[in-house]
Amino acid sequence: MSRISDLFKSRPHVINVGIESFKDDLLQQGSEVIHLEWTPPGRGNPALIAALDKFENPAILEKIEEANKLAVERIINSQPVLIGYDQAINCVPGMTKTTILHAGPPITWDKMNGPMKGAVTGAIVFEGLAKDVEEAAKLAASGEITFSPCHEHNCVGSMAGVTSASMFMHIVENKTYGNIAYTNLSEQLAKILRMGANDQSVIDRLIWMRDVFGPILRDAMRLNPNGIDLRLMLAQALHMGDECHNRNVAGTTLLIQALTPYILETDYTIQQKKEVFEFVASSDYFSGPTWMAMAKCALDAAHGIENSTVVTTMARNGVEFGIRVSGMPGNTWFTGPAQKVIGPMFAGYKPEDSGLDIGDSAITETYGFGGFAMATAPAIVALVGGTPDDAIGYTTKMKEITTTENPNVTIPVLDFAGLPTGIDVRKVIQTGIMPVINTAIAHKDAGIGMIGAGITYPPVEAFEKAMLALSENIQ
Amino acid sequence: MLVQALIKPNTYFDSVSLMSLSTKANQIEEVEQAIIAMGTEMNKEVMKNVGLMTPEVETAGASDLIIVVKATTDELCETAFERINELFTKKNSGKKGKNDIKYSTISSAAGSNPEANLAIIAVNGAYAAREAKKALENDLHVMMFSDNVSVEDEIELKKLAHEKGLLMMGPDCGTAIIGNTALCFANAVRKGNIGIVGASGTGSQEVSVRIHEFGYGISQLIGTGGRDLKEEVGGIMMLDGIQALEDDEETKVIVVVSKPPAPSVEEKVLAKIKTCKKPVVVWFIGGNEEKITEAGAHFAKMSKEAALKAVLLAGADESKLNKRALNIPLIEEVRTKLTPEQKYIRGLFSGGTLADEAMHAAMEKFDNVYSNIQRNPEYRLKDRYTSQDHTFIDFGDDEYTQGKPHPMIDPSTRLERFIQEAKDPSVGVIVMDFVIGYGAHEDPVGAFLPAIIEAKQQAEQEGRHLEIIGYVLGTELDPQDYEEQINKLLAAEVTHASSMQNAGLLAREFVVKGE
Repeated sequence: MSRISDLFKSRPHVINVGIESFKDDLLQQGSEVIHLEWTPPGRGNPALIAALDKFENPAILEKIEEANKLAVERIINSQPVLIGYDQAINCVPGMTKTTILHAGPPITWDKMNGPMKGAVTGAIVFEGLAKDVEEAAKLAASGEITFSPCHEHNCVGSMAGVTSASMFMHIVENKTYGNIAYTNLSEQLAKILRMGANDQSVIDRLIWMRDVFGPILRDAMRLNPNGIDLRLMLAQALHMGDECHNRNVAGTTLLIQALTPYILETDYTIQQKKEVFEFVASSDYFSGPTWMAMAKCALDAAHGIENSTVVTTMARNGVEFGIRVSGMPGNTWFTGPAQKVIGPMFAGYKPEDSGLDIGDSAITETYGFGGFAMATAPAIVALVGGTPDDAIGYTTKMKEITTTENPNVTIPVLDFAGLPTGIDVRKVIQTGIMPVINTAIAHKDAGIGMIGAGITYPPVEAFEKAMLALSENIQ
Repeated sequence: MLVQALIKPNTYFDSVSLMSLSTKANQIEEVEQAIIAMGTEMNKEVMKNVGLMTPEVETAGASDLIIVVKATTDELCETAFERINELFTKKNSGKKGKNDIKYSTISSAAGSNPEANLAIIAVNGAYAAREAKKALENDLHVMMFSDNVSVEDEIELKKLAHEKGLLMMGPDCGTAIIGNTALCFANAVRKGNIGIVGASGTGSQEVSVRIHEFGYGISQLIGTGGRDLKEEVGGIMMLDGIQALEDDEETKVIVVVSKPPAPSVEEKVLAKIKTCKKPVVVWFIGGNEEKITEAGAHFAKMSKEAALKAVLLAGADESKLNKRALNIPLIEEVRTKLTPEQKYIRGLFSGGTLADEAMHAAMEKFDNVYSNIQRNPEYRLKDRYTSQDHTFIDFGDDEYTQGKPHPMIDPSTRLERFIQEAKDPSVGVIVMDFVIGYGAHEDPVGAFLPAIIEAKQQAEQEGRHLEIIGYVLGTELDPQDYEEQINKLLAAEVTHASSMQNAGLLAREFVVKGE
């Protein structure tokens, strides 16, 4: 009875669930009250509530908790290091001359949206498989091109994520667990292939990246025996005001600073090196893909742990949003419709010009930065429509659906709390809180490119499907 | 259509802020189209493409801020510039504190607030048990306002709470006072040395305000939920509640309030009381005196009596108490006003136990007493919309709320019924409760006043006296103005009863014929 006598001796400090006027009455009496932002678990769907209940069963709960602990340990302990750059055909598993990788869950040519079709046809022209985009579209529809998700080849791809054989890739090795992740180079902004643009200026840039930019980076990193510790650099960049998805000013500066001595040492001409530096300086986004590969490298190490409900992938192909969960091994995707991205647009564009959410960049939120680390990037709070307090609110909220905090990557303004880490499908279903994603907005039509940036959320269906599948799988 | 540009030389804003400002500027009513951007070549190109190029824009440099607006007239352009300038100067309206951190689950809220000690659960019954379980697992006491929770869940929750030494008040528990704090539906009463455990919310409220009126106070008021003393639940919370009050140093006297328990549970509760070291007053509405006295408890037949016994046991000097005896001359006076046809009591209640107490008072003198809460099915109302002889209705019962809020919050259903009863020439008296306090309507009497005045006038025109008894359950400390509620009744010539006990007895006595 000691707990009851403790209660009698103090005043009630209440957690109020449901009727809000009870909170007001308590405040009026000078009591401390926390009013929950409560919604019916699983949106009131009995099958989902049954699944949640099943996972509360002590024997099952223990299994899940143990598996999730292991999953987040692997995310946190992963040490992704940039070890080099090379063409996709030379390093990406399963890559062929007629393979085109794309962002998000699997999708066929006929279902792709405008930006992705624009990027695919541009890549086909770039690879010399067709003379122009019209011919490329025919080829793409002919069945001779193999389409496959980046994620199923240890890769991630920004926006359309279109990756073809001769493009240069980051190579990121997980020094703790040995797995490797890859991603394309940044084309910088704004009229670019990954946003669906494909005119001659886009193709010319891709050619320069293949013939000058990529080789210089490759050869520079060959001179760097230790590689570049990306987790460490990510932590620094976050302390410098990036969230490393939509704001990459600090990260890009750090990355090029680390690359510069080796670039200088390569055998290319001063003019070519100058072009590289000017290109990097032309947009803060240079390091954006690097952080994606870093996150992918860590999350792949946490994939395939039996009984784990931790999300290891969130990715969109412009039509569907797909997630993968650690406890559902291999390429098991759970999908729902891709959502709109809400946020400020470049001058001259309107919300109705926007394509739906696209790209593998939500891997950054899956790791715990990007939208999850809004609190680190007060400079871009306009994206979330408000104030630094709002930004802190987004980060705090993500703790409600994650497993732990990552002590290796911290957020100064939250007393150096770690990144919210290990999105838990159970918690998403229980609370109805969706992971928040910072992202760019591509024009809905092929060939135009980026028109804005903002925030979006996954469709709840993807998590509901995952929950039901997990419930069948975990016994 | 006019295009005008405003250049702010050497003014830097980052692109994200400018995109956001542009978006807002385009929402301004006067604006046909607007762009706010730095004067980079790329931005100027965009402006040219969308027809917003002006000579000023042409000359702007990369470090100059451009605001360009398209509108129908000069004035509208001017207004638009003013409005856009406001966007730049708009400041944050005050900092948010730590209290604004939002939690979505009990576990996260409890985890981050270790000082939290109690959860109020007031969600749809289908989800309530899950939440309560989470609360108990987080070592929180629970007050569960939700109803429609299965008996199985109730038993499981109460057993879990019992094992952990926690309170599990409810399901369907509307009233508690813990540490002098009213939870959900409860009144502001003095802190004191009388503890209450109640299976009935309004019954507990009534006893607490009477104790307050007698000048004493409440140490704790523990609610158990209406089903606790049923056979299946076995009085788990009632037994723990009595024990908790026995252990509580501040509590000198314990009052137990409930409808008559299931026999096996009554036995357990009385056995518990028998071993209790503190005096216990038992008010089982319509309960058996003998068994209660045998258990060494103090039997109370009615609410005021329960409060009175409690304060006397707590040390009150009986000669100094205003016991508010029944007003006998008033009874005589009302009887003479009523015609022989005006025979029946119509009790319209927002509080279940208040209805029950008034009904039991009537049942002592009359056989034909009907209600939706009659224990004897023979006397249960056949049609909930039609009264029969003496009728007492608890409007808080599910069949009357029908998805609407409780009548203590939403008076509409009871109000309609009042208008109907007031027209019935066989009605001798209408008796009603008006509950104030935390959780309740801000002006319950006020909500009825126009209807009462109109009904009285109507009856007068028809040449009959309409007798209405009103009882205000509350104290002068409640957030609503207690005195004002009473004054409103008096002004409308409603007979004001000073307690529920008196209201029930007055109603009964008014319609007694030929004594």
